[in-house]
Amino acid sequence: MANVTTIAPQDQEDKVIQELGYDDHFHEHEHGDKYKSNFIMKYIFSMDHKIIARQFLITGMIWALIGAGMSIIFRLQLGFPEENMAWLRPLLGKWIEINPDSGLGTLAPEFYYALVTMHGTIIVFFVLTAGLSGTFSNLLIPLQLGARDMASPFLNMLSYWFFFLSSIIMMYSLFLSTGPFAGGWVAYPPLSALEQASDGSGAGMTLWILSLVFFVVSVALGGVNYVTTVLNLRTKGMNMWRMPLTVWAFFVTAIIALLSFPVLVSGFLLLMFDRSLDTSFYLSEIFIGGQALDHVGGSPILYQHLFWFLGHPEVYIIILPAMGLVSEVLSVHCRKPIFGYKAMVYSILAIGFLSFIVWAHHMFMAGVNPFISNFFVIFTLIIAVPSAVKVFNWISTMYKANIRFNPASLFAVGFVSMFISGGLTGIFLGNSSIDIQMHDTYFVVAHFHIVMGIAAFFGMFAGVYHWYPKMYGRFMNDTLGKIHFWGTLIGAYAIFWPMHYLGMAGVPRRYYRFDNFDTFSHFADMNMFITIAAILTFGCQIIMVINFFYSIWKGKKVTTKNPWGASTIEWTTPIHAGHGNWEGKLPTVQRWPYDYGKDGREFIPQIEPLKEGEEDGGH
Amino acid sequence: MSTGLIIICCIALIAIVVVQIGKVTELAAKIRGEEEVQYEANRRSGVLWLIFGVVFLIGCIWSAVHYAPWMLGYGPHQAASEHGGSLDSLFNQTLWCTVPVFLATHVALFWFAYKYQGRKNAKASFISHDNKLEIIWTAIPAVVMCFLVIQGLVAWNEVMADVEPDEEFIEIEATGQQFLWHIRYPGADGKLGGKNFKKIVPGENPLGQDWMDDKNLDDIHATDIVLPVGKKVRVRITAMDVLHNFDLPHFRVKMDAVPGMPTYFVFTPKTTTEEYRQQLREYPEYQAPTDPSDPESEPLWKTFEYELACAELCGKGHFSMRKLVKIVSEEEYQDWLSQQQSFYMSNVRGKDYDPRKDELLGVEIKQRKQDFDLAVEKALAAEIPDEKIIRLNYVTFETGSAKLTPLSRYELENVVAALNKYPNMTIEVAGHTDNTGDAEANQALSQTRAQAVYDFLTGKGIAAGRLNPKGYGQTKPIDSNDTEEGRQKNRRTEFQILTQ
Repeated sequence: MANVTTIAPQDQEDKVIQELGYDDHFHEHEHGDKYKSNFIMKYIFSMDHKIIARQFLITGMIWALIGAGMSIIFRLQLGFPEENMAWLRPLLGKWIEINPDSGLGTLAPEFYYALVTMHGTIIVFFVLTAGLSGTFSNLLIPLQLGARDMASPFLNMLSYWFFFLSSIIMMYSLFLSTGPFAGGWVAYPPLSALEQASDGSGAGMTLWILSLVFFVVSVALGGVNYVTTVLNLRTKGMNMWRMPLTVWAFFVTAIIALLSFPVLVSGFLLLMFDRSLDTSFYLSEIFIGGQALDHVGGSPILYQHLFWFLGHPEVYIIILPAMGLVSEVLSVHCRKPIFGYKAMVYSILAIGFLSFIVWAHHMFMAGVNPFISNFFVIFTLIIAVPSAVKVFNWISTMYKANIRFNPASLFAVGFVSMFISGGLTGIFLGNSSIDIQMHDTYFVVAHFHIVMGIAAFFGMFAGVYHWYPKMYGRFMNDTLGKIHFWGTLIGAYAIFWPMHYLGMAGVPRRYYRFDNFDTFSHFADMNMFITIAAILTFGCQIIMVINFFYSIWKGKKVTTKNPWGASTIEWTTPIHAGHGNWEGKLPTVQRWPYDYGKDGREFIPQIEPLKEGEEDGGH
Repeated sequence: MSTGLIIICCIALIAIVVVQIGKVTELAAKIRGEEEVQYEANRRSGVLWLIFGVVFLIGCIWSAVHYAPWMLGYGPHQAASEHGGSLDSLFNQTLWCTVPVFLATHVALFWFAYKYQGRKNAKASFISHDNKLEIIWTAIPAVVMCFLVIQGLVAWNEVMADVEPDEEFIEIEATGQQFLWHIRYPGADGKLGGKNFKKIVPGENPLGQDWMDDKNLDDIHATDIVLPVGKKVRVRITAMDVLHNFDLPHFRVKMDAVPGMPTYFVFTPKTTTEEYRQQLREYPEYQAPTDPSDPESEPLWKTFEYELACAELCGKGHFSMRKLVKIVSEEEYQDWLSQQQSFYMSNVRGKDYDPRKDELLGVEIKQRKQDFDLAVEKALAAEIPDEKIIRLNYVTFETGSAKLTPLSRYELENVVAALNKYPNMTIEVAGHTDNTGDAEANQALSQTRAQAVYDFLTGKGIAAGRLNPKGYGQTKPIDSNDTEEGRQKNRRTEFQILTQ
């Protein structure tokens, strides 16, 4: 693990903090424990950002297992449409319909669509937003900036518990007799607005909206905290250009979330009005269930605008934290500064800005005026430029490096591969004319799963393996981590690469089975292959979960404060840091975070003052 | 229960195995020294990256070659519309821009992972940035993107352009409903009639067409989409309940169907179904039999059909919204069209729910007048009195009463016109019944019915002296009274020319 010959050993670091640190009189004022706590206050209703981060992570992992498990069930339907599914009856009950003559069980189409919908909702919001950004923003913003906690620990605690409430409601909706919401994670009305249109659009949809409104409250409370903390609680010397890329990514992510999620709530609010108060924001001229409804004058396209005004930035809310984590992990384990730090920051900012003016590229085929699409094509393809810069910089970071391979750095490198593969297909889809053929086909499924699903998971895994010692004072097992990595890398490509070809053949997504159409029924073997790959890949995640929980209690103990030889200041805290993070003075920051391999030294911690005549920022 | 136990045991076993694998390697690391183990791990990972890289890139290229027939513009998967080719070529231009980037970045990534694996005594170089390099690799993607944007927008604006005002095109309408498509053709007038969702009655008026709108009367509800090759088609796409999407994968056509807002897609079919089949015939995968278990069954190419699908999630039956699309020659199209009946005429006309059941349509009026005038001419020319009788088949009465049905007026107007045309003509208006019921009552009824016609005609200004109303009751049947058909013929109104 640590092949590091630490030049600034632990006690020397402590000495530096003693000499140069900033004394905020933590001990004198608070008598050693500002946050007096019993078990419940310490581990459950905790206000310690590190505990809250772990709460987000573990809740996210539970959701990830549920969400991925759902995908296995619907993949079984797609890969083996003729197989008997009766064995799933103990789990799914009435949703497995038994043919009275043959005794064979089939998955009910309603429930297939419910599974697809829940899979998307869970993974996008609960896992890759709360589980990823919630975990690492909480953990790293205060630690890497040298803060004792978030600006408002109380709001931070609320942020988790609103997420928890939202999770409970969503979980509850899975057990409704009419089933959970089944109209796709985008919840387009009228399908989502009318009970007559789908079983899941009744109580299931009510709970879905309720759950997501609480979720947005959670995101907003978290986001306010992250932004405030980054702006106000940086330790002495930590100017913006000395922040690690992780914090930059979390900061921009939080700003995007704060600006875009409220629009989603307003969209949901109008949807609730349409559902319950007979308003017509999204509904017009509808004949359903043998009955003409009274709604006139609304437009379903309005909802799509409101939804995607969040929905597209949401993609970057997911991927930016992963990019930040990967930049940091890659640099630490390459033992080299991240290449083009400023370019990386500017591209995060550019992506963040552009994310707000590309939303309608999800709607090229929705019936909006084709003229409008011209602008969205331009802005969408421009995003490729900052994204390309980031990719080139990651690859250059590896050039002439001395890479220490462990699960964290493997996942970081894997992330770059995924981001390239998935990003390039975005260039096809962003061009509206190609989108005519590709829209809502498996090409889209392949694209977004690779670029924001798998890639974001890879970023998250890199983060978990890398900061696990900080979170639990132990290491996760290296070998199991590597099995997890190679299995997931190969498995993920095996699942999603073939889907590109399905998409080019025009096979639409969200089909319960393909044999109604001659055009789409040529791919039975490929679908079987994809399903098998998905099952194996899911198995690899089980290894990760076992590794994670086993290591909490039984993992190899961390013996030094800074096991990876990283220069950022979270590694100057005690191995088991209490609430408040640093015991004595707060460290002050003297230099940028990426002085690896400089002047023949393995790394120079951020707390070490610049030498005479030494330029900061990698010059 | 026992299976559950076995499953739990299996999971526990796997967990133990996994944990043990982890433990063993940790022990090994302890024994051999962590640093050594790390360098060995680096070496292993580096080699694995290299192997993975080679296999992965070869796999990508192999799969692209293998699935080339399904990629746009290669093999049998050709666009069957005129604009489709431009999308396919744009797809391929993008492919040629992205594939080199994909390969180059991945080769660099995998090679660096191998080459710069952590080694003993090696040091990483301190390279923090290179402005020149960064400007280059910002500028190159920007230029490439500009190229693709321009190409894309040119194609987009051409494809999405609506028809010109003076252009010739066929307009058809597709309406999505959970979970089927309705296809409507405009009929002879070339114009789709208006509709209103409030008028929808399943079976009677599935699309809510307004039958008072004349443009609707000749509109056809077709089971398949049949279109002539080489002719511009403007599809008007609407939805009845939720969002749908009109997806013709072979034609590179896709557009959402939105309730309350019609959308349009204009395209020109380029290849007939038969021509497309002949194209497919060239490919071995289309020589395979349709039924794999029966080698004698038709080969795939022979049964090929274009299809219409739904590409926007619309509920639990989303995957089943199929319609056939047939592209045929102009002659075959005209032939097919002439066999189609207007929905109004075949399913609505004369039914209780026909709002126009009390009026005749212009064509019908014209047709009947023509028939009537011919009959009058013939009767005038006839020699024997029996041949001077004209049967007024369209003059009918409410059951059991002498009240004229509203539609009778059209035929009576023809009688008025004839009487005006031949001012010397005098006629006998005769009422007849069948033999059901009382003969006397029948006699009386026929008399009052004849009188009703008389009243109508005099009301229109015909001199009373020219008309002689007369009831014959059941005395003069022209057919058997034993069958319903015969009785219906016997219940009739006639007039006989007395002088001319």
